[in-house]
Amino acid sequence: MLKLGVPSKGRLMEKTFDWFGARGVGLRKSGSDREYAGAVEGIEGVELVLLSAGEIPRELAAGNIHLGVTGSDLVREKLANWDARVTELAPMGFGGADLIIAVPQAWVDVATLDDLDAAAAAFRRTHGFRMRIATKYHRLVREFLRDNGVADYQLVDSQGATEGTVKNETAEAIADITSTGETLRANGLKVLDDGLIHASQATLFRGRRKDWTDAQRQTLKALQMVLGV
Amino acid sequence: MPTAPETLTEARRLRDLFAAKGAQVIKADVLQSADTLLDLYGEDIRARAYLTSDPLRGEMVLRPDFTVPVVQMHMEAQADPARYTYSGKVFRKQESDESRANEYVQVGYEVFDGHDPAGADAEVFAAIAEALGGLPVRAATGDIGILMAAVRGLRTTEARKAALLRHIWRPGRFRALMKRFGSGQVSPARAALLAADDPLANAGPNIGLRSKAEVAARIAALRADAAAAPIATEEIALIDAMLGLRETATNVLSALRDIAVDMPAIGKAVARLDARLEALGDKGVDVTTLEFEGSYGRTSLEYYDGFVFGFYAVDRPDLPPVATGGRYDALTAQLGQGRAAPAVGGVIRPDLVRGMR
Repeated sequence: MLKLGVPSKGRLMEKTFDWFGARGVGLRKSGSDREYAGAVEGIEGVELVLLSAGEIPRELAAGNIHLGVTGSDLVREKLANWDARVTELAPMGFGGADLIIAVPQAWVDVATLDDLDAAAAAFRRTHGFRMRIATKYHRLVREFLRDNGVADYQLVDSQGATEGTVKNETAEAIADITSTGETLRANGLKVLDDGLIHASQATLFRGRRKDWTDAQRQTLKALQMVLGV
Repeated sequence: MPTAPETLTEARRLRDLFAAKGAQVIKADVLQSADTLLDLYGEDIRARAYLTSDPLRGEMVLRPDFTVPVVQMHMEAQADPARYTYSGKVFRKQESDESRANEYVQVGYEVFDGHDPAGADAEVFAAIAEALGGLPVRAATGDIGILMAAVRGLRTTEARKAALLRHIWRPGRFRALMKRFGSGQVSPARAALLAADDPLANAGPNIGLRSKAEVAARIAALRADAAAAPIATEEIALIDAMLGLRETATNVLSALRDIAVDMPAIGKAVARLDARLEALGDKGVDVTTLEFEGSYGRTSLEYYDGFVFGFYAVDRPDLPPVATGGRYDALTAQLGQGRAAPAVGGVIRPDLVRGMR
């Protein structure tokens, strides 16, 4: 069996079912709404596994599922060296959101990462600690800021309501997912001109573990034919 | 790969070798306070070192090297000059290359001696070279001090020099800053902001800890920077030439003397290189074939600010360096809270040494 992991609830699940359905592969939850079992129609040898989107990267890397649908941001955040462990089969065109760096609108002197770096240096001298950036995307943000040579910052963990951290003075800036930017503006924040860390969307991934059986490889080939990816 | 007992036997041999040169054998705790490293390197250290938390002591780190604890120990002992050697495991996360070890033994030799820096540099390099004697390794060297002297000698504002020095170990940001300081241009939006009578007029309500006064102070700094003349093309070309040097040490010395004619500020640093090469020669190192790279040692998470060196397995370019080292005067000044103790040191990986035998 080829195990396909799909987000277990919400719009991401529905859109995934729609995407597969439009390509001739029927996916549905079996049994009651509370059960996380599923059924696949239109192709043999594929088993549907419903999981939290956040767990799909790890399960793919571990080989517990063979294919998985999740946000491209989650794969990059949760897997070190992600492209050695999973392969992108198809971007799916929904679930789009940008991971960005935002600072208070009142910072008229900060428009770019270059400004953020200079402001961080001055902030540390003035306040005696490194400028705090609230995020839940620690790996992606740290790698982005390192590649862009930004120093004198620290990441503080924020698993929700990240836009509010600046107002609450638990952070000076944030790195978060946004789709329209409205919540940011409502919270007095603006995106840096070059502050796009990753443009994320729902993506079909395959795990790159080498212990697949021939039958599993053939099923993947057949599935790719049907889906046209 | 050698077995653990083989590596430990090699480590003991190396440590005894350094101890025989008068180095005091010291030990350090595996768990260190993370504060010092976070202060020095910021968030980047989280990608490289294993951080953990202690309910009473706060954030701790599995030592990623011995340098910081050795400097702290030395600062407390207040002996000068002093020589130390140690042998023990260090722990490094390997996020991109799973084949690299995430814990391995290092044997080090550190010299705290402010009286004869060139002699101390040569002493450490020669001690490591001797310990690796007979192995197929090549040495590469560099000198961050020359680049720092060149930046300090630029005919530009102190603020720009400070910004460049802050990013000396981040080549990408350093280059971007040089380009900006050399262009004399700002974006149209930035120009409009700086030209405004009250740049904060449309700023809206302030949120967060960074105050309006801090924003105003930075605008004043940006205005001062916009009014300053760009860094001369010739000076930028000289720094590029310096960073691009990749020759034998003696040829580099000659090239740097040419550059020093147009950039007298590096004179002292070049004289130090001269003295070091002479001291290396006295120790039997053939400086006419020694490799020197102008940008060697400019990687993030380093603290070397003078002489830097590394030894590499000739037939195994895939391996990490067998030995590395350098001078870290600024680190001792930072950890000594103003009290500096000029220091130079190097570490060897006994597992790699053993693997080559």
